[in-house]
Amino acid sequence: MNMLYHVGKYFILMAKVFARPEKGNIYYRQTVREIMNLGINSVGIVVIISTFMGAVITLQTAYNTENPLYPSYLIGLGCRDSIILEFSSTMVALILAGKVGSNIASELGTMRVTEQIDALEMMGINSASYLILPKIIAAVVFNPLLTLISIVVGISGGWLAGTVTGVVSSQDFIYGIQYAFIPYYVTYTLIKTVFFAFIITSVSSYHGYYVEGGSLEVGRSSTRAVVYSSIVILLFNVILTQLLLS
Amino acid sequence: MIVVRNIYKEFNRVPVLKDISVSFEQGKTNLIIGQSGSGKTVLLKAIIGLHDVDSGEILYGDIVFNRLNFKEKKEIRKDIGMLFQGSALFDSATVEENVIYPLDMFTNMNREEKIERANFCLKRVNILNANHLFPSELSGGMKKRVGIARAIALNPKYLFCDEPNSGLDPKTAILIDNLIKEITEEYQTTTIVNTHDMNSVMEIGSKVVFIHEGEKCWEGTNNDVLQSDNKILNDFVFANNLAQQVRNMK
Repeated sequence: MNMLYHVGKYFILMAKVFARPEKGNIYYRQTVREIMNLGINSVGIVVIISTFMGAVITLQTAYNTENPLYPSYLIGLGCRDSIILEFSSTMVALILAGKVGSNIASELGTMRVTEQIDALEMMGINSASYLILPKIIAAVVFNPLLTLISIVVGISGGWLAGTVTGVVSSQDFIYGIQYAFIPYYVTYTLIKTVFFAFIITSVSSYHGYYVEGGSLEVGRSSTRAVVYSSIVILLFNVILTQLLLS
Repeated sequence: MIVVRNIYKEFNRVPVLKDISVSFEQGKTNLIIGQSGSGKTVLLKAIIGLHDVDSGEILYGDIVFNRLNFKEKKEIRKDIGMLFQGSALFDSATVEENVIYPLDMFTNMNREEKIERANFCLKRVNILNANHLFPSELSGGMKKRVGIARAIALNPKYLFCDEPNSGLDPKTAILIDNLIKEITEEYQTTTIVNTHDMNSVMEIGSKVVFIHEGEKCWEGTNNDVLQSDNKILNDFVFANNLAQQVRNMK
């Protein structure tokens, strides 16, 4: 019952979020600000994590396919598919759920407990739409770009690690990443990214927007935002994979 | 003028406001007083529509405010200024941007006109050379004054203040009280102030409404407060030694 209550409340909030904006230009400014906050400020962590994950994937694939029957270009192929299919969408989404989700929940939670949201309502502003919609738009627009950056950087990290350690030659790795390439995989990962971006921002916003109490509750809402966003991402990962790849 | 008629509100089946009826007059500082948890803030938030009441009416002039939809309420809210307990300034915006916010939302002024209006309001509350500071860089008293500047940006007909001098030293508290009184008289606003500070009651309380456990227990002027024989009110007003000494001297 409690879960149904929250699901219902979440959809009511989303209905408020997607109500027609009152002043378009103010929403535009907010969206640009959120692209900076949630998107551009996440490029660094995505690059660092993708580089190292690409490197680890390459090395692990290499050490697990030492059989001479396996051609070494498979290391590049394995790295490419792992990164495109799962890492750059799902893993990056889980990492962003931690970084961006906690940021959103604590920001909105603090605004709630310090009555800033009440102040917006007093000015006749649909606070849910004004505060949450720009975050959702920013993430849905920018996260696919983060995913593409993650793919490029991750594969580059794999190539660098593979060639520096000598587990695969540069030529074989590059052949591998081109071998049997299915462009639809990129579409698949971008579709997943859009869903995950919506989940991260909307679930975290829900937890922040309805905070009651003080700073302790803001902290708890931030934790809940990360936990529930991650669970919903994993659930939708299964559903979307079945729908898009079956 | 704002009239509240028989309003009732409960949270989780616990009554918080019980059949309260009261009127707040224009050009006067109307004070709602009572102990913490008595229902003052809920009453104030019900009047401004941040809490929906379960029954009763809230009238702004002839308009039944609590029956309006969001869009219709917005029209009334153009005429409302609100100073929140913690000032509720937007952390990510500068002092100037905070005061400009309601102008952005409700007017079609150009940028220069908005800045001019913001400067006028900030000057009115004696905030000078702080336009580009952020709320975190302001003292408690300054935050309250910026909150008042934001509240008066749209020349409101109604001004609401929730615990305007909580957390302030006595001298700054008196400054804020006097500022609210001056603005009320200058703009002829219907001002409603929530407080449990007896200094405020004596300084600016043109009309005082005492709330106890969700019920209106007493109403009168600041001069009547000290002479009332209402026991519950007296327990509240003369709770400290200083007040008791003042009463004994009288």
